[in-house]
Amino acid sequence: MSLIEVTDLTIRLGGNTVLSHVDFHMDEGEIVTIVGPNGSGKSTLLKAIIGAIRPSAGTVRLRPDLRIGYVPQKLHVDPTLPLTVQRFMNLPHQVAHADVRRALTEAGAEDLGNRQMADLSGGQFQRVMLARALLSKPQLLILDEATQGLDQPGSAAFYRQIEQVRSDLGCAVLMVSHELHVVMAASDRVICLNGHVCCQGEPEHVASAPEYRALFGSGTQGALALYRHEHNHSHDPGCGHDHSHTHEAAE
Amino acid sequence: MTSLLDSFLIRAALAGIGVAIAAAPLGCFVVWRRMAYFGDATAHAAILGVALSLAFSTSIFAGALVAALVMALTVSALSGRGYAMDTLLGVLAHSALAFGLVAVSFLSGVRIDLMAYLFGDILAVSQTDLAVIWGGTALVLALLWWRWSALLLSSLNQDLAYAAGLNPRREQMVLTVALALVVAVAIKVVGVLLIAALLIIPAATARPFATTPERMGMIAAALGTISSVGGLVLSYHFDTPTGPSIVCVAAVLFTLSSIGSALRHRVARQI
Repeated sequence: MSLIEVTDLTIRLGGNTVLSHVDFHMDEGEIVTIVGPNGSGKSTLLKAIIGAIRPSAGTVRLRPDLRIGYVPQKLHVDPTLPLTVQRFMNLPHQVAHADVRRALTEAGAEDLGNRQMADLSGGQFQRVMLARALLSKPQLLILDEATQGLDQPGSAAFYRQIEQVRSDLGCAVLMVSHELHVVMAASDRVICLNGHVCCQGEPEHVASAPEYRALFGSGTQGALALYRHEHNHSHDPGCGHDHSHTHEAAE
Repeated sequence: MTSLLDSFLIRAALAGIGVAIAAAPLGCFVVWRRMAYFGDATAHAAILGVALSLAFSTSIFAGALVAALVMALTVSALSGRGYAMDTLLGVLAHSALAFGLVAVSFLSGVRIDLMAYLFGDILAVSQTDLAVIWGGTALVLALLWWRWSALLLSSLNQDLAYAAGLNPRREQMVLTVALALVVAVAIKVVGVLLIAALLIIPAATARPFATTPERMGMIAAALGTISSVGGLVLSYHFDTPTGPSIVCVAAVLFTLSSIGSALRHRVARQI
């Protein structure tokens, strides 16, 4: 079966219907991006998938034994909580030292093990979050606005890291982002959400859909033009994907 | 051993140490999760429980435990439902205290003892009290030991906890029960008004010296123990109320720790 099967999902929070009749599925190895304006229910959908929010109606089914690595929106570590990166990686379960090292290296955070979480820069912090998500050798990586608060080069570097991780591990990636030009270019499929699924499909299809234009205007046309251009050539599988820096230039 | 426990000072010291050891790691969570007012509300509710158990001649410990538990569960249930939590906790904490005091005033003959419940009466700790205190301490430590990592992750971020297959609301319930237990055993030692101080001050004092959550808990326990014994000694020599003396020592330690940490930062910057 698919990794995730969301059927006719409706979620009401505090009297507001945040999501209504959402159908969604994800297959192995896919990169899917959810775009949508603020308050469109993007994070809510992710939270329903990880089980943090119960559906008001409909179902969320995960493939049995699906290993999920979850990178939340930038989280705040209270300054009163002393927590080294090493200790954080061992929450909630003790993990072999070698596995921690491996995950930190995969996420580009190999030097950070002894640092305090509260002292990390935004980019370092997100790499550590990514490393923790990788500990379980996930088949599905879920990223919720993972680059929020990072500057342009920082978030571009972070997405490069994600691409690297994906080509190393072959996991599926589900992400939410407001940085349309960056994420859409790297996605197999884009879902445009605004309380319901407005439209979905390949990035090009979504970008030209009237529903998408109605939500975002045509401001990303340039980025999509770049996207088309960049992806006309074919990659060999081992390609390091280091072309992604060109996307970030296309604001 | 029995003869040693006969000395009221030894019993008082053991009671103080027991409560300090239970309060320290729990206090860390109260600090990390910014639940200071939550601790206050739970502690203040206990006076209502004391009044009820005096009225019905049941065990003070049981009455305080139930009242604290009910308050803590109420607050837990209301949290995350869109109320302004600090306001709500302020309302509940002080209302519980006021209702408790009024309820006590209906009971004839208890008024004189009121101070004992508000500020503790550690010198009157009996061997039974001591058993209850250490039993409660053991229970609290066992609870925290069992759920430690899950609690830490839930305190850090609820979604991370859910993604790891934990239920943060259940972990919150563990803290709630532990808090009610600490309140119930601490009444005899510091009284309802100063229980929150025993939770928060040692934890806050330990923070600058800790690099991991576990070390912060252990340093806080050591500081709580020093405060308890120090306060007891002070109150014995200067004939001051014991509960407040314990909190005074804790507060002085906190001040020293803050100054020390500020100086260390300044030196580190100059180098």
